[in-house]
Amino acid sequence: MAGFVQQVVEGLGAGAIYASLALALVLIYQFTGIVNFAQGELAMFSTYIAWQCVAAGMPFWLALVVTLAVSFAGGMLIERVIIRPVEGAPELTIVIVTVGLFIFVNAAAGWIWTFLIKDFPNPFPGGALEAAGISVSFSTLGVLGVVALVMGLLYVLFQYTRIGLGMRAVATNPASARLVGIRVGRTLALGWGLAATVGAVSGVLVAPLLFLEPNMMGGVLIYAFAAATLGGFDSPLGAVTGGLIVGVAETLAGAYVGFIGSDLKVGVPLVIILGVLLLRPQGLFGRAAVERA
Amino acid sequence: MSTTKVQAKPVAVERRRRFDRRWAGLALLLAAAIYAPFQLVPFHVFQLTMVLVYAVALLGLNLLVGHAGQISLGHGAFFAVGAYAAAVLMDRWALPYPLTLPLAAAVAFVLGLALGVPAMRLRGLYLALVTLAIAIFLVPLLKRFEELTGGSMGLTLAKPQPPAWSGLAEDQWLYFLTLAIAVASFLLAASLLRSRVGRALHAVRDNETAAEVMGVRLSFYKTLAFAWSAMFAGAAGCVYTWVIGFVSPDSFTVNLSITLLAGLVVGGLGSLSGPVLGGLFVMFVPSISQDVNDAAPGVIFGLLIIAVMYVAPTGLAGLAGRLIKKIPRKE
Repeated sequence: MAGFVQQVVEGLGAGAIYASLALALVLIYQFTGIVNFAQGELAMFSTYIAWQCVAAGMPFWLALVVTLAVSFAGGMLIERVIIRPVEGAPELTIVIVTVGLFIFVNAAAGWIWTFLIKDFPNPFPGGALEAAGISVSFSTLGVLGVVALVMGLLYVLFQYTRIGLGMRAVATNPASARLVGIRVGRTLALGWGLAATVGAVSGVLVAPLLFLEPNMMGGVLIYAFAAATLGGFDSPLGAVTGGLIVGVAETLAGAYVGFIGSDLKVGVPLVIILGVLLLRPQGLFGRAAVERA
Repeated sequence: MSTTKVQAKPVAVERRRRFDRRWAGLALLLAAAIYAPFQLVPFHVFQLTMVLVYAVALLGLNLLVGHAGQISLGHGAFFAVGAYAAAVLMDRWALPYPLTLPLAAAVAFVLGLALGVPAMRLRGLYLALVTLAIAIFLVPLLKRFEELTGGSMGLTLAKPQPPAWSGLAEDQWLYFLTLAIAVASFLLAASLLRSRVGRALHAVRDNETAAEVMGVRLSFYKTLAFAWSAMFAGAAGCVYTWVIGFVSPDSFTVNLSITLLAGLVVGGLGSLSGPVLGGLFVMFVPSISQDVNDAAPGVIFGLLIIAVMYVAPTGLAGLAGRLIKKIPRKE
């Protein structure tokens, strides 16, 4: 039993990371209806910025603040420069543009920082909390805490601030939002900035666990997609819940299903994506899209 | 009355003339393709062979993305399935290599059909997600079934040897085999697109609702597009195995799928010459730019894809077409 609970805890730790990246995906999807295939790569790039700051002698938390600010600005810039021209274009065009962004950011990071693996400092202390035969490492606790904090901050932003209200209005109906005087373009850019910031958090959380290299997020991205699909692409709460479920499912499948083992774990998100899309395409928390043919 | 009659004749003549010119151009290209391997060093012949292999794969991807308007971020998976089918057939069952081509294509076709069924229910980005997940999942799957696939070590195979009567070197023989398959694939794809299937695919791409109203069965044609497209990719994979003589899971990572899509977009979506230009692009851009930096091919691919989507959605093929039209003709 303790072993099972231990696996669940580990799963939650992994799931929190998927949740944070899924949150970034969902933020962009909510506002623009775009699934950003480059989200993971943007997070990886942000992590490199954090690494560069730390390597230049900055204390970790200051480096984090700088990284988040740079990511926010970067996200807004990308929306303005790269996404704006194809807004409203067919889905195929948009997917291809974000895939282009994916390739470009990945290669750019490789060009600037080489493809060699870098050591990334862990912001949380080593060791673990022991209770009732279960050990929870501080780093897992830290990851869960940070994701909860990000979720809480986003909730406050969306529910209790003027900017958040405007963002919700744009997400619901851009045309009406524009009519009541909300700067839709600026809000969309803000959404991309926020998503890039949340993505940067997830990158910084992942980096000490995996290794920092340009392909770091490639593996995480597919889990984040599964999380967002499961929770519903238009629900931030769903993304976090989905992330945790995916993390636990993946860990349990790896531990208890002999055939899957550790190497076929990546099949779990595929099964989840396919299953959700076939049985409940809107996800657990999403709204079903009503389409006028 | 009389004016329309007078005008009608030159239009027909003009169309005939354009048709002739197109065939003459293709014949010239084919002649150059046949002449080339006798003039080039073996390495360059090998590179040209790979261009043709990629062109066949892109031809399949083009059917799906360019003509039917469905997204696939996992076409490398079908390529890999074709490659592995050929390798396993030759390695485990000692099948003569010409027989592996129809079998590999058939396996990929069936797989495409099987995947096309759930794909019918998925639109746009969801389809992209699923195909991406499949491409990612394939690599550990290939590593797992070690007794069949050779695991991470892969399989090494003898390359097809030229028959004595041909008097060709090995690289030339492989080149001509690939050229023959590529030409056959192009003729097949061209006639497919000119038939009612092609028109149905274009209708599905341009407006699903309108297509359905016109009597096009969406599910049937989408699944069919998937299957055909997978078949071409599988055939290309099979030829890849012949040419390289080695398969391993790490040759077919998700990067291959993304590179294929990149090549197709830059080459030209929805045109027949797009896959060839895309094949040239996929083969030569990395090998030339890698001298600058390991990351240079990625930077160029990424920037070009975005640029092409903005300024030339029909890719290099469309751009070339526009330039040719601008050349003044002698009357």
